[in-house]
Amino acid sequence: MSDLNTMTIAQARDALRAGETTSAELTDACLNAIEAAGELGAFVHNTPDVARAQAASADARIAQGDAPSLCGIPLGIKDLFCTKGVPSQAASRILEGFKPEYESTVSGQLFDRGAVMLGKLNMDEFAMGSSNETSVYGNAVNPWRAGNSDAALTPGGSSGGSASAVAADLCLGATGTDTGGSIRQPAAFTGIVGIKPTYGRCSRWGVVAFASSLDQAGPMTKTVRDAAIMLEGMCGHDAKDSTSADLAVPDFEAALTGDIRGKVIGIPKEYRMDGMPAEIAKLWEDGTAMLRDAGAEIRDISLPHTKYALPAYYVIAPAEASSNLARYDGVRFGHRASLAQGDGITEMYEKTRAEGFGAEVQRRVMVGTYVLSAGFYDAYYNRARRVRALIKQDFDTVFAAGVDAILTPATPSAAFELGRKVDDPVEMYLNDVFTVTVNLAGLPGISVPTGLDEKGLPLGLQLIGRPWEEADLLNTAYALETAAGFVAKPQKWW
Amino acid sequence: MLDLSYDLPKVKTIAGAKHDWELVIGMEVHAQVSSNSKLFSGASTLFGAEANSNVAFVDAGMPGMLPVINEFCVEQAVRTGLGLKAQINLTSAFDRKNYFYPDLPQGYQISQLYHPIVGEGEVLVEMGAGSAKEAPTARLVRIERIHLEQDAGKSIHDMDPAMSFVDLNRTGVALMEIVSRPDIRGPEEAAAYLGKLRQILRYLGTCDGNMQSGSMRADVNVSICLPGAYEKYQETQDFSHLGTRCEIKNMNSMRFIQAAIEVEARRQIAIVEAGGSVEQETRLYDPDKNETRSMRSKEEAHDYRYFPDPDLLPLEIEQSWVDAIEASLPELPDAKKARFMSDFGLSDYDASVLTAETADAVYFEAVAEAAGDGKLAANWVINELFGRLKKDDAGIADSPVSPAQLAGIIALIKADEISGKIAKDLFEIVYTEGGDPAEIVAARGMKQVTDTGAIEQAVDDIIAANPAQVEKAQQNPKLAGWFVGQVMKATGGKANPAVVNQIVAKKLAG
Repeated sequence: MSDLNTMTIAQARDALRAGETTSAELTDACLNAIEAAGELGAFVHNTPDVARAQAASADARIAQGDAPSLCGIPLGIKDLFCTKGVPSQAASRILEGFKPEYESTVSGQLFDRGAVMLGKLNMDEFAMGSSNETSVYGNAVNPWRAGNSDAALTPGGSSGGSASAVAADLCLGATGTDTGGSIRQPAAFTGIVGIKPTYGRCSRWGVVAFASSLDQAGPMTKTVRDAAIMLEGMCGHDAKDSTSADLAVPDFEAALTGDIRGKVIGIPKEYRMDGMPAEIAKLWEDGTAMLRDAGAEIRDISLPHTKYALPAYYVIAPAEASSNLARYDGVRFGHRASLAQGDGITEMYEKTRAEGFGAEVQRRVMVGTYVLSAGFYDAYYNRARRVRALIKQDFDTVFAAGVDAILTPATPSAAFELGRKVDDPVEMYLNDVFTVTVNLAGLPGISVPTGLDEKGLPLGLQLIGRPWEEADLLNTAYALETAAGFVAKPQKWW
Repeated sequence: MLDLSYDLPKVKTIAGAKHDWELVIGMEVHAQVSSNSKLFSGASTLFGAEANSNVAFVDAGMPGMLPVINEFCVEQAVRTGLGLKAQINLTSAFDRKNYFYPDLPQGYQISQLYHPIVGEGEVLVEMGAGSAKEAPTARLVRIERIHLEQDAGKSIHDMDPAMSFVDLNRTGVALMEIVSRPDIRGPEEAAAYLGKLRQILRYLGTCDGNMQSGSMRADVNVSICLPGAYEKYQETQDFSHLGTRCEIKNMNSMRFIQAAIEVEARRQIAIVEAGGSVEQETRLYDPDKNETRSMRSKEEAHDYRYFPDPDLLPLEIEQSWVDAIEASLPELPDAKKARFMSDFGLSDYDASVLTAETADAVYFEAVAEAAGDGKLAANWVINELFGRLKKDDAGIADSPVSPAQLAGIIALIKADEISGKIAKDLFEIVYTEGGDPAEIVAARGMKQVTDTGAIEQAVDDIIAANPAQVEKAQQNPKLAGWFVGQVMKATGGKANPAVVNQIVAKKLAG
């Protein structure tokens, strides 16, 4: 069989169980696709030996009739996840050569269920960025192109490598992480599905921390069904993460009935930003109509503190990051600057961190240090925390009034050209305008591709669900996906 | 149970060139929690292990590693709070204290700034119990708070001329920081406070109190004020009545703490009397030069950028759990001392000595009960046993004499079977050779002679052999003691002294 790599997880699972293919064949198809896709810059560390060994044991399990849903499925793993014995450097120079002695809970769970790791995926350095351009490896590239242009587009960020790899069929699914939109924005930019579950659903243990109160892992897949299958494999209680929720994991796939009759979908007026591109507005209206046609009740709602979300996010996330990144000091692992005669510990810190961190990471560490410092703490950090509480309250109020899910655009635009926003951090930060509220409130959010812009680039809508109700959210997303019938694929140019 | 009928100790004053000055002292005591594993990791806390052998990934600040609270350490903090009669906060939270240092791998210490687990409590600090003669006094020192935090590792600068080494074994070990109010009024009180805290923690089993290995360390805040000012502070709790304080960091010796307070107070007095003002700062005590030195001024003080640790949820505990811990508390020093005084009729001094350590108190109580005489038991435990153990540089746990054996010796005294002097010989035999005291007495013929016939014979013999002495003694009855001594000598000390006295007096009287 050719083109095995273009299968969805669900298709591959069924084919494996039916004996129509093997994990070894699937894995080789993906490894060949990766080999041929160097220009995409999606994979940054290939692990073919690990992949083939895992595929062989998956095939043995399947032969014995022990085939969990993810058994034998080739996946890519974002470089932010620590993978035992495999380079894991958060796309940063400061973790140069770092090979952890441990496996993150999420990747470990996937492998326990038989998943195959093809390699590590590109991303923004320490997950700080919206275009994958802050990566020490160089940026990943979006497999989509605008019309006849051959200008390289961003796959989005920070999980840009994951998005690019899934959209280009280099793997069947990929792990991502989402602190302010890092799963949902790149998913929207590349025409795939990405879900950030409720904060606490996926263990953060072994995932390099960016902003601990916001970070969540989630799957990036070709379909909503695949997202359901993969999320189930990734989440669950972990005693090693104190913020992990001790809740049973539902059968997410079983929830995908497509029946959303009577569900109440909220349309928040505050997300109708000034200067919103017409095609984004239309996409949103179309999506609203699709859900209405599927039997949902559409309700206009208000989330009054939305406009304060982005500033609050860009205080809280850097504050936590400035502390989380203090451990990268050159003392125990990763990069250490070479020192001059007479240099002491302070010089070692300064030189190591100046060399090891890129400009965006340094900017956020400095912003974070500033907002936590004496005299500014109340004006920035504490105020941002209060805003965060109000944003959460906005959502609580709406959900309490009977809203089941909220529909918004996922991004303010389609994928933009690489290099276009790299010199303007504020414009770059505006990419997260529709997604950060979800992280601040700890809610589940999913990005679903529902259309193309006039240049033929994919656009996505975001659905935001009630806490812990990913199953219901996935079902609504499934109904939207079905109604939208998005089947476009990027033209292969790489 | 708490007996507050003590007088307050005299406030320490230091004479300056112009005034007498009083001292005001507050202490922050870092007590290592007795626990097999660290505050947020499963790594061992064993002292003295090979460098960097007790280090979990989270202790080393490895990427993606997360802290998980050790419930036993929380229990120990609650137990400590209850032992100090403090308020237990059912909700507390952990904060990050950010600073860079090689022995702090995470780049922050996890501590509890905003919401500590234990609130206000108190410690009764007795003074003058160090001697049997002084009348005891005591001061109630208020505890402001106790919080849990991680210890740092150890930087080693003297192993290589060009490099420093880091040992992370201690990194992440749980500490309780016990913060007092400025209720301590002199160097001796500071030492007594620390001693009392140490005693209570050891009773509770929440800290081994080993100061040499660093299990207890103190930061001491010292300021000076003119007489009368402190009382105004106590009335109003307004710190402006007090002088500017300096913090002397990280001391782990009672002797150095007292010396440091004294020398720091004198430094401040000299500054103020010369018309200057004391700068608030952190200082270090140098025992070799007996001086304090500035470590960093207020301007140089770190900005620790405390904020709530997002890796940890607020720590919620149940009142029922606190109640269960409270129900399991041992009898604490104040209560035990009061009970020893009332039940056994002991003096304040003896009761203090016998309750200094739980093991001493347990030993004493076993002896007192078996012997049926608390006072005699106290004398023998304090004077003979402790004295003898001290000679061997040993503690009660090493005592070769069991409570039953000591009680056996006391029983022989009470039954008039042996004299006090013989009892001391017997004690030495039991101490060095072991054995049952009654059997030893029987086997070695140490039994006291109360047979008046035998004693009369001995008295008669001595009177007959010393006519000149008899004449003198008849003129001066005080010289009868010489005959008693001769009789005791002749009987190998076994004659009952009371009986000998009686017979000698009778015979001399003719």
